[in-house]
This record gives sequence, structure tokens and C-alpha cells, in this order.
Amino acid sequence: MIRNFFILILVAAFATIFASLFLNYGSSETLTPLATYYAENGAAEVGAPNLVTSIVVTYRGFDTLGEVTILFVVASVIGFFLKKTKHNNEEPAKRESSEIIVTASKVLVPIIIVLGIYVFINGHLTPGGGFQGGSIVATAFIMLLMANPAFEINHRIVHAVESISGIGFVLMGVFGLLLAGGFLDNRFLPLGTFGNIFSAGAIPVIYSLIGLKVGSEMSNILSNFQAVQNEKM
Amino acid sequence: MNLIIVIVLCLLIVAMAVTAIMHKKLTISVLAAGVVSLLASVLYLLLAAPDVAMTEAAIGSGLSTIIFFYVLNKIRNVK
Repeated sequence: MIRNFFILILVAAFATIFASLFLNYGSSETLTPLATYYAENGAAEVGAPNLVTSIVVTYRGFDTLGEVTILFVVASVIGFFLKKTKHNNEEPAKRESSEIIVTASKVLVPIIIVLGIYVFINGHLTPGGGFQGGSIVATAFIMLLMANPAFEINHRIVHAVESISGIGFVLMGVFGLLLAGGFLDNRFLPLGTFGNIFSAGAIPVIYSLIGLKVGSEMSNILSNFQAVQNEKM
Repeated sequence: MNLIIVIVLCLLIVAMAVTAIMHKKLTISVLAAGVVSLLASVLYLLLAAPDVAMTEAAIGSGLSTIIFFYVLNKIRNVK
């Protein structure tokens, strides 16, 4: 009885909050001062046609560094808890994958990987960027795993790629601090022609590093999940 | 026209979310949760946020669904 009463009070409280939000909603006609600044000066200062990328990588570069760090911590915690024990890893896969998936993975995996690399290299020109491209690469890895459950990635290569790209990302930020205006400033490399692939200073480099880091971390998480599947608890 | 599509998508998202909560089979629930993300990514695309749409499609409906299935498989082995 008293429990239902509390639930009722909670629902009523949420109803009032959402009702006031809904009734006071008005679509804003003008940009806020910060958004106006980005819209007017972003393209000239950073040199990237995709304004979202110029905000994510340069103006709010610290946030991106934090997100990459969070992902790294998650990947390492998962790797710590889902450790593969050595004594029962010879158990074979329970059944064969279907013919359709095996054939489709042969055709699709290279295409998906190329798409992912395209997305993070062109992050400053077209929608997308490091995080999106990296997770697309990881979906190609899922497809490989589904086609062949016994497939194992080379952990040494993945760890090397992940560490090198993480260090490279921070180094790019430090170069920006030393040679240009501040941490993660992209202007220590020439801005180039607006709209070309080699333009916008260090953004393509930084986003490629983020893409490699995110892709290898996601693949690592998935391979950890796959490794403990046949294990008895 | 655009508004109609947005409203239909929103209704579908709510229907899929209710399916995810109410359905008795956990497999269907996980798939429904993936479909919610997929529809949400289409919605983001219509609302002119392609960057967010790509993230939602790749992570929300791809990777997290797979991870849910891995965990489901693991739990089932214990039972």
C-alpha cells in the first residue's frame, strides 16, 4: 500500500516536471552567442567544412580526449574481468556458422573496413569521424567472428595499434600547445585548401588516430566477450 | 511530409520499446531494443544530425545488440 503510494508520488512528480517542460517549450529562432561564434568563425579558424568535427576535435578537444579515456578504461576493465582461463580453451565451437554468413562475410568484411577508414579519414569533410569510423571497423570484426567463431585477432597487433594511436593523439595535442595556440590546436600543420582531404591542419591526423584507437578497443572488447563464451562458470 | 514520417517513426520507437519491455522471450526483447536504436538513427538523420545518426546506428543497434546476445548466451549456459 505505502509502496504504491510512493510510486504514485514519483509518477506525479515526473508528470509535473515533464508537463512544465512541454508547456514552456518554444523553438529558438536565433543562435546562442557561442553557436553564432562557431558558425561565423569556425570555418575560417579551423578550416574544416564539417563544423561538428571542428567543434569536437579542436574547440572541445578536451572532451574528446576524456571520451577516449573513458573508452580505454572500459576496455581495460572488461579485459581484466573476462580473462580467458587456459585450461578449457580447447573446447570446439558448438556448431558451424551458416553458409550465408560465411559467404557474405568474405564479400562484406573488406568493404566495411574500407568504409570505416573512409569515414574517419574524411571526418573533417563529410559527416562522421573517429568514433563512427572506429565502430564501423569493429562491426566488420563482429562479422568475422560470426562467420568463424574460432577466429582470434592478433592481440599483440591490436594492443600496439591502440597504444600508439593513443600516445599519438596526446602528442598531437602537445604539438598544438607548443607550436600553435593551445592544447589540440590544429593549426600547427598548414590549413591547406578549404574542402581538400589534406586540409584543416591536424584534424585528419587526429581523427584517424582516434578512429584506430576506438576500432581496436571495440574489437578487443568483442574478442574478450567471444573468448569466454564457451567457458563454464 | 517530413513531419508525418517523424511522427510515424516516434510511434514505432514507442511500440518497439514497449515490446522490448513486455515480451516474454529475451531474444526478441534484445532485437526490439536494437530496432529502437535503428529507428532513432533514422530520426536523427531526418532531424539533420548525420554525425549522431552514424554513431547510433553503429554502436546502438550494432555493437550493443551483439554484446547483449553474448551476455544472454552466457547466462543461458549457467541455467
